[in-house]
Amino acid sequence: MSSNTTIIPSSLSVKDLPWQIVWDKDKCTLCGKCTAICPVHAIELGVFRKRMVDVSLGIGAPPGNVFKTFYGIRQKTAPAYHCIGCAMCAMVCPSDAIMPCRTDEADKLRFHINQGGEPERRGGRRNSPGGVLDRIKFIRISMLTDPALDAGRHEFEMRTLLGRILPPEENIRFVREHGWIPPVREIYPLIIGGMSFGALSPTMWEGLQMGVAYLNEELGMPVRISTGEGGCPPRLLRSRFLQYVILQIASGYFGWDEIIHAIPEMKVDPCAVEIKYGQGAKPGDGGLLMWHKVNRLIAAIRGVPPGVSLPSPPTHQTKYSIEESVAKMIQSMYMAWGFRVPVYPKISATSTALAVLNNLTRNPYAAGLAIDGEDGGTGAAYNVSMDHMGHPIASCLRDCYQNLVSVGQQNEIPLFAGGGIGKSGNLAANAAALIMLGASGIQVGKYIMQAAAGCVGSESGRCNICNIGLCPKGITSQDPRLYRRLDPEDVAQRIVDTFVSFDTELRKIVAPLGRSTSLPIGMSDALGVDDAAVAERLKIKYVV
Amino acid sequence: MCRLFAITSDTPVSPMKALYALDVMREGHDGSGVGLFLRDLAGPFEEMKDAPILSGIFTEDGIKRLDSYMIDIGFLTKYRITFKISKNPPPGVPKRDIYLIRAYEYPEEWEGLSQTEKQDRLLGLRLTLQDLGREKKDMIVFSFWPDTIMIKEIGDPMTVGKYLELDNERLKARVIMAQGRQNTNYAIDLYACHPFFIQGFSTMTNGENTAFVPIKEYLMSRGVNGYTGFYSDSEVFVHILHYMTNRLGLDVESYKHIITPLQDDALEEHPNGMFLKHLKKSCRKLIIDGPNCVIGVLPDNTMFMVQDRKKLRPGVVGGRAGTFAFSSEICGLDAFMPYRDKTKDFQPMHLDTVVVKPDRKEVNICHQTQRLSHLH
Ligand code: SF4
Ligand code: SF4
Repeated sequence: MSSNTTIIPSSLSVKDLPWQIVWDKDKCTLCGKCTAICPVHAIELGVFRKRMVDVSLGIGAPPGNVFKTFYGIRQKTAPAYHCIGCAMCAMVCPSDAIMPCRTDEADKLRFHINQGGEPERRGGRRNSPGGVLDRIKFIRISMLTDPALDAGRHEFEMRTLLGRILPPEENIRFVREHGWIPPVREIYPLIIGGMSFGALSPTMWEGLQMGVAYLNEELGMPVRISTGEGGCPPRLLRSRFLQYVILQIASGYFGWDEIIHAIPEMKVDPCAVEIKYGQGAKPGDGGLLMWHKVNRLIAAIRGVPPGVSLPSPPTHQTKYSIEESVAKMIQSMYMAWGFRVPVYPKISATSTALAVLNNLTRNPYAAGLAIDGEDGGTGAAYNVSMDHMGHPIASCLRDCYQNLVSVGQQNEIPLFAGGGIGKSGNLAANAAALIMLGASGIQVGKYIMQAAAGCVGSESGRCNICNIGLCPKGITSQDPRLYRRLDPEDVAQRIVDTFVSFDTELRKIVAPLGRSTSLPIGMSDALGVDDAAVAERLKIKYVV
Repeated sequence: MCRLFAITSDTPVSPMKALYALDVMREGHDGSGVGLFLRDLAGPFEEMKDAPILSGIFTEDGIKRLDSYMIDIGFLTKYRITFKISKNPPPGVPKRDIYLIRAYEYPEEWEGLSQTEKQDRLLGLRLTLQDLGREKKDMIVFSFWPDTIMIKEIGDPMTVGKYLELDNERLKARVIMAQGRQNTNYAIDLYACHPFFIQGFSTMTNGENTAFVPIKEYLMSRGVNGYTGFYSDSEVFVHILHYMTNRLGLDVESYKHIITPLQDDALEEHPNGMFLKHLKKSCRKLIIDGPNCVIGVLPDNTMFMVQDRKKLRPGVVGGRAGTFAFSSEICGLDAFMPYRDKTKDFQPMHLDTVVVKPDRKEVNICHQTQRLSHLH
């Protein structure tokens, strides 16, 4: 810092930032790739001064100093340009000369990231590593009397049902009397959760859709993907691939004009309609697509002017009360497709989830309930919502399942759990634990971005700039210069890799438990945890 | 593992025959317990097919409590079998006061009741007696049902049989199920011993049911009196059978379609595919997933055997018109009927349901991929 600069309260040093750039002068060739790729312009070409001792060879001449300048990489310290630790600089550096490092203490930046009175917003995750799901173990291993199964060779039926299932008595009667039986989809238990066209880049979306189509049509895995709130590209709406898609409607109704108009031209029905009432990452807050990402394509699909932020209201405005809202919306969505498409709400995990569920048990049309826990991801949210609002998924899901058991409807309203599943990389183990706690299926988003598209976000505050359209991997950007980094074919390939390996891992979990004929939904006797309070809360075994 | 042996025969048979067959298969069980189910009774009970018979084990106090309770509600003893047991039971068999088999006369006010009402009340009564007995640990009640006797005890099957002198004209029956158990539950609770019974249905199983907890939770939430207890993970088999028959009105050939449904490609081709797909979805919570061989008897004395989807347990059916036996192993069958036509022995595989109807003319095999015959 030069001596004539004034220090203001928000003047920070490199040490005050969450990420510090370590740069090696001897390796750097000054190619400039790092400064060019940095999504937030956190580094620039810097001029530095150095002193060298000058030892004269002449007798009697005293040694002196020479001062020289040299060029290198300088990290900016203004809050607006803080390094986000994405490490794109490290990725492109041909000499491995640069690397972001996490600060060794709590950063000071957090106190200054509200310049102009605007609290910080970000995308991504809650940045809270670990969690109860990672601690749950599968303890009921089949031995001798019920031999463990062969994950590689036995036949497995790892499928779940999405849709309202009638009690057996009624179902049999309705089959005989040709009554209306709610539509039920048999799908793969791992669903790609709602990430909108808009939040995601076109290349990412295309890759996801291609991967899903391949899994269905070539590998026979009925994987489904939710659109999120942002509509659906017109050609997809009119293609056979729509059957793999869950259309989401949320409080902004973005894209639904297009969808409704496409109904007469649809070749197939969508898999289901998901009515989003809440999102785990920012419960009680509506969706948000910041203006950076609303380009002409997105604006056209969503039916809005380009270049404006698109905040969805926190709740569906057209309805008077939640009960009415749920009942009427479910019914009108059923009506739109002639009662052939299951319709279910998605809520954020909350201590009031049981009230919603009780409502649904009395609504004969409700096709399920998706619950999104606090560890869910988002394209954009206020820090405070992400960090402090929300309810963990495990106990919320468990309460809901046990409530269904107590009213005898545990096979009738499938519960889908989401929110941070696999956030530590243990996707199959987390998913299996939730299934055994009572989930019929799992919704996953961030894991897919990490595994299929190389999202660099982590649970320790890395990157998370999904909101401003500068995603360094081109996953959540609408800027062609950025999203061209992502080849849809590669994304599709990784989607397939991810699901196929998940499937193997899931079998590796259920086979030793002696399960293969059906998904072990609610098989809580297989679960144990090394914390008595958690065990008691989730009604599973306490093991040490 | 446990061993199972069941007989259905036109001529009444002594239960000792079944215990003898179990003894031959003793390598497959550890003699830690035995359970017997007798039905289509001969001897004295032949004359009182409608009288409900109470089977159980009582202490001296227990029997007094039972008597006063039954008299209070108007049940009078019609006939009883007393076991003269020696003071000291053989090693491994606990000392009991009274093994009870007693036929009752219905109270007068039950006379006008419909059959279903009567059956529901009998079930309720058995559950009440069980609860009473559990309170003071002085009564264990296995069944309370017309034309049905159940005996269960800890110990080696043959030893128990001889000790109770089961080779007894008065105990002969035309339908017998017997199980020799392998103790997998440590402290043995007699309520965890097979066969299990509810309202005329009985099943016994060899194996382990890994989907027990979700199935149990589902059955318990059906609002049906009697889907309780669950001391053994195999108890759900009889409840599923009862639920399927009484609540869903389905036939025994649908049993496998509920507990081990076909996979989807097979359902596509099935002549009743549409119906079965619905059945599979709506009864998804009743899908079993363990290695299990189930032998069961329906209220009309039809006897059947099914295997799990992977067929991980042994089971064989053989015999001749008039007498058939269902056994875990062929050696058991050989011990009981050495002179049958062995080429007709049948070992059901993962898709088969073996059924011997009450006429005992032949072994019927329903293949799960075949059209259901009784679907109305
Ligand atoms: S880590 Fe990312 S944000 Fe930080 S300097 Fe490197 S490229 Fe820029
Ligand atoms: S890499 Fe892209 S998607 Fe991942 S956290 Fe960064 S901005 Fe978000």
